[in-house]
Amino acid sequence: MSKKIITPVASLAHILPEDYRALVEKGPHGKSVGIKDLGSFKEITEEHPHCAGCGVSLGVRLALAALPAPEDTLVVGTPGCSFFALSQTAVNYSNTAFGNQNSVASGLKRMLSIRYPDKDKDVVVMAGDGGIADIGLDMTLHSWFRGEKISTIMLDNEVYGNTGGQESGMSPEGQVLHMAPKGKNFKKIPVFEMARTAGCVYGAKVTIASPKRLGMAVNRAILLARELGPTYVQIYTPCPTNMKFSPADTLRIAKEAGKAHYAFEEFMTEEAALRIAAMEGGLEKEPE
Amino acid sequence: MCSEKQKNRDTITELLHGLRNKAFITGSEAVAEAVKRANVDMAIAYPITPQSESMHLVGELFAKGYIRDYYRAENEFAVMAAVHGAALGGGRVFTATSGPGTLRAMEMFPVWAGARQPIVCAFMCRGVSLPPSIQPENIEMGMLLDTGMLMLHAENGQDFFDMILQAYLIAEQPDVHLPVGVFADGFFVTHTREEMRLPPEDCCLPPYDPGFAPVPVFDMETPPMRITRDPLLNKSNFISGNANASWHQEVLAAAERARKHIAQYMGGLLEVENPGAKIFIAASGTAVSQSREALRMMQAEGMDAGLIKIKSIRPFPGSELCKALEAADLVVVPEFNAGGWLAREIRAAIDRNHRVIGAPRVFGGMTMPPWLIVEEVKKALGAGQSRGGC
Ligand code: SF4
Repeated sequence: MSKKIITPVASLAHILPEDYRALVEKGPHGKSVGIKDLGSFKEITEEHPHCAGCGVSLGVRLALAALPAPEDTLVVGTPGCSFFALSQTAVNYSNTAFGNQNSVASGLKRMLSIRYPDKDKDVVVMAGDGGIADIGLDMTLHSWFRGEKISTIMLDNEVYGNTGGQESGMSPEGQVLHMAPKGKNFKKIPVFEMARTAGCVYGAKVTIASPKRLGMAVNRAILLARELGPTYVQIYTPCPTNMKFSPADTLRIAKEAGKAHYAFEEFMTEEAALRIAAMEGGLEKEPE
Repeated sequence: MCSEKQKNRDTITELLHGLRNKAFITGSEAVAEAVKRANVDMAIAYPITPQSESMHLVGELFAKGYIRDYYRAENEFAVMAAVHGAALGGGRVFTATSGPGTLRAMEMFPVWAGARQPIVCAFMCRGVSLPPSIQPENIEMGMLLDTGMLMLHAENGQDFFDMILQAYLIAEQPDVHLPVGVFADGFFVTHTREEMRLPPEDCCLPPYDPGFAPVPVFDMETPPMRITRDPLLNKSNFISGNANASWHQEVLAAAERARKHIAQYMGGLLEVENPGAKIFIAASGTAVSQSREALRMMQAEGMDAGLIKIKSIRPFPGSELCKALEAADLVVVPEFNAGGWLAREIRAAIDRNHRVIGAPRVFGGMTMPPWLIVEEVKKALGAGQSRGGC
């Protein structure tokens, strides 16, 4: 797709919002930019309504900046805090019912393969832990079992943020939350491990405190999904509002998690490893 | 997808009005015959009685190359979500479900309508509650009345075949672009073999062109580039509230605009037999066939009665009913469900609605003997038409 298609006709340019014009002029489309170039291009419009210090909004920005082909990427999401930043990104975004994102993405990816047999259209699910691990877990897993060529990215804030701080399947054990008044009494759902078992060809677990690793994981996940099958990235995106820490501490919290329960992990099939080596000129040591 | 054997010619006219060959097939087979000619890009299935056979047959069409993609999904909600995704991708899609599957998938029907997707779904109606029943019943239609989708009710296998093709033609009109549910009473239609007339196999609908959609396709090729396809309007302010409300109004207005296309492709929203009568039976689905028999019995007894077959439930033919029933004294509405949704709809549409008798109602899989309908007419006449009204 050429940039021409996003360029407004001259007679209408003045009525389009400044944000849109800035996206056309300074967006990532058709350029080879990534996490390292953040700040030199525009991946999201400003003034999103996330709370101050929100880890989810940073997770969305970093993931979006790492897309290999934003001009041919379609993101499917679900209601929740992730919606706010996602709806203001420079890619097509659709938000349907709660939890069905991997089913919607399955139908979408297959139809795009019919309509554009010679083009790569990257279909990416980007949704919260509630949508992926709770209400939508069956659909998440089945899209993996079926080998759908989509990437699933979980923005794991370990809580239902948008509905006011209820326990999620991904909340840490023992955490006192709404609907868990005596503390959560079971462990985080091992979605990362399940992804491997269910047939994902690549998986990564990363926090927003490691932007380069995050960018690498998202990039790998999307490129591998094009060729080989389903991929999964689980990003720790802490929520200051509901986890009751200062918005200024988000990165510190994420960094600490990265040393404890959210240490960087990656898995890949043999075929995926070969493909990564070919794509990246050797399977280098992951960046910090 | 039109197979190699099929050619794209003026197929709309041919399909609707061209030569037809006799076939002795079931309603489920009629569904597959319709899908074969509908040039469908993708179909997604999940089994449930009495729908399953039709989607097996659609799967066989895929294997033979009539459909480009097909798979068995994990449950009905996932099917309807995946069909939504496929429609977002700009293709023509088909699926079918029944009773409890319909209710499991319920959240997606307003999503289809709100997303203005011309999805065609066949509903093979059956019982839904505990104690469990797989038997014919169409209470689920009453539960779907306000989802925003268009609803057509087939009387028999022939209707089922025709309405599926007509549904695509109506759904895909740029001024409509809404999902269409084609309903048939399970078993009575799906599992009954009857003589039907089918257009030749080498005749199929022209392909769907998403360029005519009134909302941009979610495929990255349709400007403007940056699209939030389905914005979440969750701010409690006047502009957001108005935007949401006006969208819903537009969905309803699109359904109203479908009337002229229903008239063109289906010959109207209803059919009237013996228009001058004072006594009418008004029905939809297989209750129409039972009513035809009842009408014959009544006419044999010298009663001057007429029949109204309602084909389109959404949009509902309110003004047509008012006109057809202007001089009527009594309207008996037999239904295959306990709730009586059709009688409610008719009562709400016409004046002097004490004329409407919402009976007989049979459910749980019972049949509706025509004499039961005749008895209701006689009871109402004997009671001075006072039953069922206030
Ligand atoms: S509630 Fe939490 S996740 Fe949601 S926007 Fe606020 S900080 Fe972010």
